[in-house]
This record gives sequence, structure tokens and C-alpha cells, in this order.
Amino acid sequence: MIINGVTIDDTFAEAFGMKATRVLITAINHRWARYAAEAMTGFATSIIGCGVEAGIEAELPAEETPDGRDGISVLLFGMSSKVLGKQLANRVGQCLLTAPTTAVFAGMGGDKTLDLGRNIRFFGDGFQTSKLIGERRYWRVPVMDGEFLCEESTGYTSAVGGGNFQVLATSEAQALNACEAAIDAMRKVPNVIMPFPGGVVRSGSKIGSKYSELPASTHQVYCPTLKGITDTQLTPEIESVLEIVVNGVNDSDVRIAMRAGIEAACAVGAQQGVKRISACNYGGKLGQFHFHLREILA
Amino acid sequence: MTALTLTLRDKPRHRIDMAAVRPDRLSDLRPEDVARLSLDYGNRQVLLGELFDITGRDPHHLIIRNSCSLLDAIGAGMETGHISIHGNSGDYLGLGMHSGAIEAHGDSGHWTGSGMQNGMIHVDGNCGDFAGAALPGEHQGMRGGTLLITGNTGDRTGDRMRRGQILIEGDAGDYCGARMVAGTIAVLGKVGIAPGYGMRRGTLLFEHRPASIPATFNDCGQHTLGFLRLLLNSFSELNSRFSQLDSNRLRVRRYSGDLACDGKGEILVWVSY
Repeated sequence: MIINGVTIDDTFAEAFGMKATRVLITAINHRWARYAAEAMTGFATSIIGCGVEAGIEAELPAEETPDGRDGISVLLFGMSSKVLGKQLANRVGQCLLTAPTTAVFAGMGGDKTLDLGRNIRFFGDGFQTSKLIGERRYWRVPVMDGEFLCEESTGYTSAVGGGNFQVLATSEAQALNACEAAIDAMRKVPNVIMPFPGGVVRSGSKIGSKYSELPASTHQVYCPTLKGITDTQLTPEIESVLEIVVNGVNDSDVRIAMRAGIEAACAVGAQQGVKRISACNYGGKLGQFHFHLREILA
Repeated sequence: MTALTLTLRDKPRHRIDMAAVRPDRLSDLRPEDVARLSLDYGNRQVLLGELFDITGRDPHHLIIRNSCSLLDAIGAGMETGHISIHGNSGDYLGLGMHSGAIEAHGDSGHWTGSGMQNGMIHVDGNCGDFAGAALPGEHQGMRGGTLLITGNTGDRTGDRMRRGQILIEGDAGDYCGARMVAGTIAVLGKVGIAPGYGMRRGTLLFEHRPASIPATFNDCGQHTLGFLRLLLNSFSELNSRFSQLDSNRLRVRRYSGDLACDGKGEILVWVSY
């Protein structure tokens, strides 16, 4: 398969089952909502070292938020509800409670819930009050700028993490240019995040290492500077490989986002140095979700 | 199927206990069985059919016409369904109701919504004393749901209320929210003396500053409280003046109390804007 001169490898991305939750952050304006959201989703690129993978899903206009203020929806993914809940509590406490004017609300319903304000409320040192409005309980925690309003819990769901594709180009700048176009397209897709910086990762990894204490290490078959000394997946003209990892609330979301991203990258075209689109997998034995590139683009 | 309609023939001489006439308990009964229901009438019992004309068959929507203030405990303990009352109703309207809706086109007596746990009572008229309050000997009054009153309420509204909301478009009497445990009472009219007396938690939200606030409440100043928008938005579906309130009215003066009893309650008075 070739699109705009870009070869689509006959391979697949291998993704894993995860747990996901969504929270809605509001603030006095988008600037402060974004500060809080960026803090909450900082250091959340990979579960390997960060506990969760998190990202900003969308900016929400005031009319779409519970309290009628500007907001941002954030998705967080963890390997288990226990880990996800712990990370959520830490990040709400350290990144949202601390941010001026913010409030946080559940972004998912359902019977399965994670604590949102249930424990954060104790920061109020006995001055906290709750308010049950409809079927939802909120906590009002007194802070120095007024009150931190926080819904008691948020739902979580089974989700998919680790959808991916790689852009192989003749230079670093050209690979990055294609990835930026892909990310711009993928950010329009709901229910997904691309957790790495700017949505793009350069340090694609394989499982394990020659150093026994490391769970993951560089994926040398995609490293252009090692073309002469290891097995390689790269042809001579490829000088740079960048990867986009996408997590979604369900597999169809991941599929839609991957298609949008690959199409945008291909639209940049071979003339601009984009030569191949590939994907990372582990032979299909580890992850239960397989996203075949050519099927997605068919 | 048309609503099951009970039309009171004549004004009764004694009080009638209507607790047995609940939509959820009438669902398996034919109209002739409904007519044979036994009701407490003063110090004796009479058949429902002796007092009411019965038409219609759908018990999930019960209409009581020509009602009067001697019909007590309408909808008490109901778990589902809808009751429409045309005329006044007696005491204990919706006592301990679990779910469903009661729509009263007229005044209701004392202890309206006492102990209700969920559902909606809309009194398109005035209420007597102890609306949503605890019965004597009970530890808790209203425990959930919404009690919406178009007119005025008497004294001790929400006494020992535990959860839920009482929304009063008119005036509230003395000791509104006294000994309140939690929940919300909002009043668009005037409020009598000593609101929140002995309240532990909960919110009293007033359009006008009460004539007197207990000395055991402390003025915490004016604030913009974000939760009010959620509360005001939750009113938007109500058939009430509350649905017309501007959801941007977040500016209130906060009085915290009753400091003699925990002090985690609050009286919020909207600041003019």
C-alpha cells in the first residue's frame, strides 16, 4: 500500500488493555484551566516510569462544563484501577487543589468509580462541607482564594493503551513535520490522548534490556545510527524515525485516531521526505489489540 | 388508560387517613377493589367508595379531586407513581415517600414531606408548619428528594432535615432550618426569626437577609461560591420561579453556624447585583 508516495508497511500496532478515567477541570478562564491540566498531565508519558499515561483530551467551552466556566477534559490511563486511583488522587491533590480558581468534576459515569474529592476533602481540616446536588456529591474545600470545588468520585472504564504508528523519514525535521501534522489531526478525535511530549516519542522501546534491572530499552532496529551494526528495519535513506502513541477509551477510538494521524502524515508526502509508515508490536503475543495499518487505512 | 380519579363527594366531617391510597399499592387492583379499600375516618373505618366517586383505571397516575384539608397522609410512603391533588390537602402529605411525584394544587397541612426519602412534592400553595421536618420522636426529618412550595411555609420548616432540598418561592416562618443536620433550604421571600437555630450542617439560601440571625452565627463576609451555579442549574427543569433564577448569581454573604452546634452550617444571603 502506497499513499502519496508513502509506503504503508504490512504490519500492526500491538496495544494493551488499560483502565481509563476522565476528569473535567474548570477555572476562571482557559489560561488557568490549562495550567492546571498541564500540571496534572505532566510526567505522565508512560506507565513504565510515571504510573499513568495522561493527556489533555479537549478544551471545553463554558457552555459544556458543569459550572459554566472554561474547562479542559483530561484522560488518564493506568494498568489497573488501583494504580489509576492512586495517581488520580495524587495529581488532584498536587496539581488541581493547588491551582488558583480551579474546580474538578467527573468526566465519566458508571458504577465503577475512583475517588476524586473523597479523600482530598480532608485538606479542609474539618472545615470542608459537602453538597449533594441531584445524584452527585461535591466537596467544598476552603482554600485561600475561596473554595476548591471537587466532585466526590469519577467513573472509570476499560480502555486501550499503546496504539501506535511510526513515521520514517529522510531527516529529523521532515519526520517531525509529518508528526506535527498527524498530531493536529488526531487531537480533533474525541476519547483519545497522545501522552508523549507534543504527542510524539523518539525513544521507541523494546521490552527488556541487557541490563537486568531495566524493564525496557531502546529499540535498536529503528535507530538510524545503528543501521550498520545491528539488525535494522530501516532502509539506507531513512535517517529519522518518530513514533506516535495513542491511548483511547475503546479500540474504535484508537483506530479512528490512527487513521486520521497516518492520513495527515501521508498528506505531507514522499516529496517532503516521508517515506514509510510502520508500527510497533511484540509479535502479537502480549497485547490483545492488534491494529493492522493497511486495514485501518482501507 | 385514563388516570385513576377519586372525587370526594362531600366535605367529610372527620379526618380521613389516605395512606392506603398509594399508586404503587393500587397497581393490582380493579376499580371495584379500590372502592372496597378501608380508610380510617375519624374513630371508625369506612370504604373508600362511600366517600369518593371513582373513575379511570391507571393507578400509576392518581388524581384526587375536590380534596380538602381533612385528607391526611396522601402519598405517604409511596414508592412510585404520580399523584395530582386538586384542592387542599391535610397533614403528612408525602410522609416518608420513597419515590414518585406529588403535585398539590392547593394548600397542604403540617408536616408536608416529613421523612421523605426521594421523589418530588410540589405544593402549588402554602404549607403549614414543620414542612420537611422530623415528627416528634424522630431523629431526622426529610432525608432526600425535593419539596417545592409555591407559596409560604409555616414555622420550623426543615426542622432536623437530613438531606434533600426544600425550595420556597414565598415566605418561610420562624426557625426555618432549625436543628438541621444537612441539606438545602432556599427561600425567595422573607424569613422569620432565628433561621438555622441549632443547625449542624447544611445550607440556608435566602433572597433577603432575615430580620434576625441567631447570635451564634458569624459573618464570614461576601464571597463568590462556585457550587451555587451547580445548584442553580439543577433548578432549571423545575416548574417554578427557581428555574428562572440567573445561574450567575454566585455572590452571597455567608454566615457560618450554628456555632453552638458544630458550626458547619451556613446561611447564604444573595448580594444584590
